[in-house]
Amino acid sequence: MSAATTHPLPDETTLPTGTAGEPQVLPTSTLLRLATAGSVDDGKSTLVGRLLYDSKSVLADQLDAVERVSRDRGLATADLALLTDGLRAEREQGITIDVAYRYFATARRSFILADCPGHVQYTRNTVTGASTADVVVLLIDARKGLLEQTRRHLAVASLLRVPHVIVAVNKIDLVDYSQERYEELADQIREAAASLGVAHVLTLPVSALEGVNVVDRSGGPDGKTPWYGGPSLLDLLEELPAAQTPDTEAFRFPVQVVLRPQGAALEERFRDYRGYAGQIASGVVRVGDEVVVLPSGKRTTVEGIDTADGTLAEAFAPQSVTIRLADEIDIARGDLLAAAADAPQVTQDIEGTVAWLSDKTLRPGTRVLLKHTTRTVQAVVRDVVGRLDLDTAELEPAETLDLNDIGRVTLRLASPVAAEEYVTSRRTGAFLLIDGQDGGTLAAGMVGDALAAVRCPSQRPVQYAI
Amino acid sequence: MSAATTHHRTVHTDVPDDHPTHPDEKSDALTAPLAPPASPTYRLTQLESLESEAIHIIREVVAEFERPVLLFSGGKDSVVMLHLATKAFWPAPVPFALLHVDTGHNFPEVLEYRDATVERLGARLEVASVQDYLDDGRLLERADGTRNPLQTQPLLDAITGHKFDAVFGGGRRDEEKARAKERVISLRDEFGQWDPRNQRPELWNLYNGRHRPGEHVRAFPLSNWTELDIWRYIAAEKIDLPSLYYAHEREVFERDGMLLAVGPYSRPRNDAEAADVRTETVRYRTVGDMSCTGAVESTAYTVDDVITEVAATRITERGATRADDRISEAAMEDRKKEGYF
Repeated sequence: MSAATTHPLPDETTLPTGTAGEPQVLPTSTLLRLATAGSVDDGKSTLVGRLLYDSKSVLADQLDAVERVSRDRGLATADLALLTDGLRAEREQGITIDVAYRYFATARRSFILADCPGHVQYTRNTVTGASTADVVVLLIDARKGLLEQTRRHLAVASLLRVPHVIVAVNKIDLVDYSQERYEELADQIREAAASLGVAHVLTLPVSALEGVNVVDRSGGPDGKTPWYGGPSLLDLLEELPAAQTPDTEAFRFPVQVVLRPQGAALEERFRDYRGYAGQIASGVVRVGDEVVVLPSGKRTTVEGIDTADGTLAEAFAPQSVTIRLADEIDIARGDLLAAAADAPQVTQDIEGTVAWLSDKTLRPGTRVLLKHTTRTVQAVVRDVVGRLDLDTAELEPAETLDLNDIGRVTLRLASPVAAEEYVTSRRTGAFLLIDGQDGGTLAAGMVGDALAAVRCPSQRPVQYAI
Repeated sequence: MSAATTHHRTVHTDVPDDHPTHPDEKSDALTAPLAPPASPTYRLTQLESLESEAIHIIREVVAEFERPVLLFSGGKDSVVMLHLATKAFWPAPVPFALLHVDTGHNFPEVLEYRDATVERLGARLEVASVQDYLDDGRLLERADGTRNPLQTQPLLDAITGHKFDAVFGGGRRDEEKARAKERVISLRDEFGQWDPRNQRPELWNLYNGRHRPGEHVRAFPLSNWTELDIWRYIAAEKIDLPSLYYAHEREVFERDGMLLAVGPYSRPRNDAEAADVRTETVRYRTVGDMSCTGAVESTAYTVDDVITEVAATRITERGATRADDRISEAAMEDRKKEGYF
């Protein structure tokens, strides 16, 4: 976002009354995490501003502040970028430094929006935003079409295995709501997405400024885009299927804390209590299930699943629970409980894709800490296999990696971890590389050949309940 | 949360059947044939997701740090945080102390609530007193009488003195623009300072709490909660709050567009304010230093009333109730950089 991107503030009197009218939340409402990405001046801040405004998530005093600051700066219209550019340096320099998190809700869903700036450290920001996102909303300018950065954002979404990618063709009003132009761009987007391994991409024409297809559908004979019969952006966001489908995944449970309550005040029944507390990373677990403890490989069965609200017969990702086991086994933080019938391998050698986020240069021989689930181990970089050219989606030879590079490395670990391919699990396939000296985060890592997805487009079918 | 699994097993067949079809099926995937899921899906509600995330964060911090502490003021966010901590370690007790940075300008009912809660949980409470600093001259009373900015020094001294290396705060990203950019695990240097331009990227749910001696982190398990989420959670979990969060009659007067209580720490300063003193039905949306925390006119007597009120409000909670955030556009950021909550 840039402060140079100024747009008239949406006028309440002309706003369409959409599905987002009342921020009443149903008890069954679910949570969707989305990340927005785009290039400079593609109107992302206006789109975010409109989603927030139309869902009444921007309140009167926030708008007043934006208007006041815009006036002080001599701007004729309110600059919606000021809603998200929160830091002093950002406002002074008119740039966006960091990912900002915004919150809005409709009757059906609540949204956590990670607003990723497009032009400063875009890899770092987009990787950060995409790592937790269920959906990436990527904006392009209908006049400019696909830019180099569009391909890069698509590549990052592909690498990070974001379940859904939506490309909004913005400023459709500035190409006279041309169906021909939209279809042309939609074709190009699908082609680029396919070549970069994005399993499935959704496209739609929008005008964030005019509110076209953002909250309300603008298709139909009276709409601005009569040729577009699809849902609005908000419809889509409300309807996208859940990212996690625990019933189709193998059970994985990284142990966070071993609970062995002590003290005089403790109830008698908890005197011998020993439970393993954690958040289920994937799958479903039931009392009686056989599990394997990794890396030790010992087997036992689930005796109980506890929460402060009571015991459960079964639990699923991403619930935080405490698991009791039938046998007394030496289990500590960092161990993984996994379905015995479908357990991952443990390994001291990892080949993976890393997004390098540090100013320091990565070289073979670099010593790092590797954090995988709840386990942190020492590691050494064996080899830099290559660097990904995001434009060609090819791996090119490289000996080092620098800030914002995405590359392939091999790592040797001091002790084994139960790592899985990132394409199988975003939770047990992800790792951080950390500087053991100053503690800084060096890289976002994905186990396995995450690049394969980029080179060989996946044909994994995805069905949308729209 | 009632986490009985059966409640989550909802069959999602809510596909609209009047969905318009796109003229060109092949060119737009949005209108691909609709296939309702064949089997029930396991899904958490929004509040259950937020609760699970917060418990995960609290457990990570306890596992990775030597001496965590939880900032506890008796305000609703810290109350929810403490509630989550009791759930995270059940049946074991909460494995860390509570710290109250006491401005000395307290609402009496909040102090009572604080002490009763500490007693009930058998928790250990440390108090860092701004009044002590004023009494011995380490801090000077501000001209405006507000003590919120004065909390930073006692807070940092308590962190250093007790060697706390992780400090749980109830900050939420929806509160304020600077907070919207802060990490869940946010590093502070040896002077307690936040460097917003040099934050570590925070990826997946892998939190990096590494720090050097003398540094500490602030941990914000409620980062992704909104004010409405907090209230809906308070309702769902039947959490007790200090009574002033609900509508009651109080003697108030207006200053800078805010309703301040008539009390020992906030009296009318001039004739106009004195003439304005009246009894109103009010409640507090936030609880802080009594001298700069405003009440809002409200008839929300119950938690459900409050939820309805918060859902319909057009003013943010800080905009409505905090004089100290009105000083400048970057008031919160500036305080945070110096080590504030």
